[in-house]
Amino acid sequence: MAPYDLSNLSGTIANALVFGTVGFGFGFALELGGFGDTRKLAAQFYLKDMTVLKVMFTAIVVAAVLLAGATGLGLLDMSRVWVNPTYLWPGIVGGLIMGVGFVLGGFCPGTTLVATATLKIDGMIFLLGTLIGVWLFGETVGSYEAFFISSNMGRFTLPEWMGLPVGVTVLLVVVMALLLFWGGELAEQVFGRGRAWAEVSLRPSRPLMLLGSGLLLASVVVMARGQPTPAQKFDLLGAEVRRPLEERGVFVHPAEVVALKNDINVQVTILDLRDEHDFNLFHLGGARRVDPAALLQAGQLKDLLALPGSAVTFLVGTGEAQAVATWKELKGQGVGNLYVIEGGIDNWLELYPAPSCVAERVASNDAGPAGWRFAYATGDNLPSAWPELQSSRSFRSPCQVAVSTAEGHEGGHGGVAWPAYQYTRKVKLKTKAAVKGGCG
Amino acid sequence: MATKKEPRPYANPYLAGTLLGVVLFLSFYATGGGLGASAALSHIQTGVLDWFAPAHVDRTAYFAEMAGGSRNTWDYSGVYMLVGALLGGLASGLLNRRVKLELRKGPNVSNRTRVVFALLGGAVMGYGARLARGCTSGQALSGGAVLSVGSWAFALSIFASAYAVAWFVRRLWN
Repeated sequence: MAPYDLSNLSGTIANALVFGTVGFGFGFALELGGFGDTRKLAAQFYLKDMTVLKVMFTAIVVAAVLLAGATGLGLLDMSRVWVNPTYLWPGIVGGLIMGVGFVLGGFCPGTTLVATATLKIDGMIFLLGTLIGVWLFGETVGSYEAFFISSNMGRFTLPEWMGLPVGVTVLLVVVMALLLFWGGELAEQVFGRGRAWAEVSLRPSRPLMLLGSGLLLASVVVMARGQPTPAQKFDLLGAEVRRPLEERGVFVHPAEVVALKNDINVQVTILDLRDEHDFNLFHLGGARRVDPAALLQAGQLKDLLALPGSAVTFLVGTGEAQAVATWKELKGQGVGNLYVIEGGIDNWLELYPAPSCVAERVASNDAGPAGWRFAYATGDNLPSAWPELQSSRSFRSPCQVAVSTAEGHEGGHGGVAWPAYQYTRKVKLKTKAAVKGGCG
Repeated sequence: MATKKEPRPYANPYLAGTLLGVVLFLSFYATGGGLGASAALSHIQTGVLDWFAPAHVDRTAYFAEMAGGSRNTWDYSGVYMLVGALLGGLASGLLNRRVKLELRKGPNVSNRTRVVFALLGGAVMGYGARLARGCTSGQALSGGAVLSVGSWAFALSIFASAYAVAWFVRRLWN
């Protein structure tokens, strides 16, 4: 499933060729549209020639429809596509500054390249100016760093903002662009060709009609088809994502979880997927109870996606079934460093048992109800919840009265340490493939 | 034969736009990222600065991120894209007989004025593009296609500001 992971191409000729080819198409299309001519670009701002608006927004909506279509067909994994993070105010202020530069200099950084390539002296001068501008920025940004990194909303898209499905948003954007083009054509007649408003023909040009009907049809089809659900998306993912599940590479032995919790270089998050009742009876130290369905909603998913490469997330359920289902859904959304605790809580309590006066084994059933019956809610107040701790002095010893002295402590700590379990290391911390736009 | 030297007219904007949109989609499809130019310019500028003042590059956070220490700012995907864009522009220019050494400007300004304003405009543009984390291509075009809220806000502010200023500098272009 696209996009392809090009990180292993880095530094090779192939990498240069891929990006060079993309750039070739970019430059070719820009020049073809007339972006190498500063007069054509500047005429945009006097409403005489709306080429800039037409080319740019046609490109945006064509690409948007193709992207939504490819995602809908399961050809493209949008979670691995670079979406420019929203830094709202720096973006707006930067845009306002650029607008001034645009109308003074008559180019933008991309168009100045094709102007230079076609030997326009003004393009070369502008390019030199741009290099000076980016240098000045690098020299001065340190003095207002706080503003530069302010209003960071991360990966934030129009469908999320408006609360609409992707297909509907794309259709709205297409309609808006078409209206804009039509308005642009009317303006060209008045300001470009000097027609009076009364004589302006309201008929869109033939190319616009053609483009418009094509885009509308395509975006309605894309909207009707919709986007794959998280579970469907997982099925569409390639073998490299599914294989760890089949080979049990995602199931981490509890002892490895304990070891990682002790590792100060790793940030461990444990998400407990059981219901509140079971969670209150017993849960792992530091675990957070989450509703599997709520995890997929924008807010929580965003937090998971924003975790750094040094963070690892474990899912835990009663057994493994619930955790595996959630693992697939989250993996389908592109969450990295995600693992399932082997055997769930039931298995955890086998390895790090609670005192017998508190919990007793009732059944061993992966999908069924909890395999341990607790006398009362212990939360994370048992040594079993914190096997990584060296001492149990801070824990209450619930069984001191009930348990005979001969039996001693059942749990670890105090008298006996937990056994040192042998396990194969499964967790491999991976930083996300550094997908970045050319302007990132 | 003389007429053969005449530059061909530019393509219909909707056609050129569709082509650009397909290129943009293919870029996302193949590489996971969009198009862009200003980041590559920033890398090139930092690379040049690194020849003359490597210690200064290492001390300035923004440059050090690209070329600090042993980092190679030139081996950057955007730089290859930039070279490709130059070649693509040249190819289209050659095919359409538009490659010609000339200075384009508004009808009522001198060459000197045009050069000064091109340099000034370029500097303002470059500065703003880095503040906005992308130029018209990297932010407005690429971010617009993936429906990023910030990119749309950015695109609107470029156009708003350019239209607001256009009237004051109308002498430059009309």
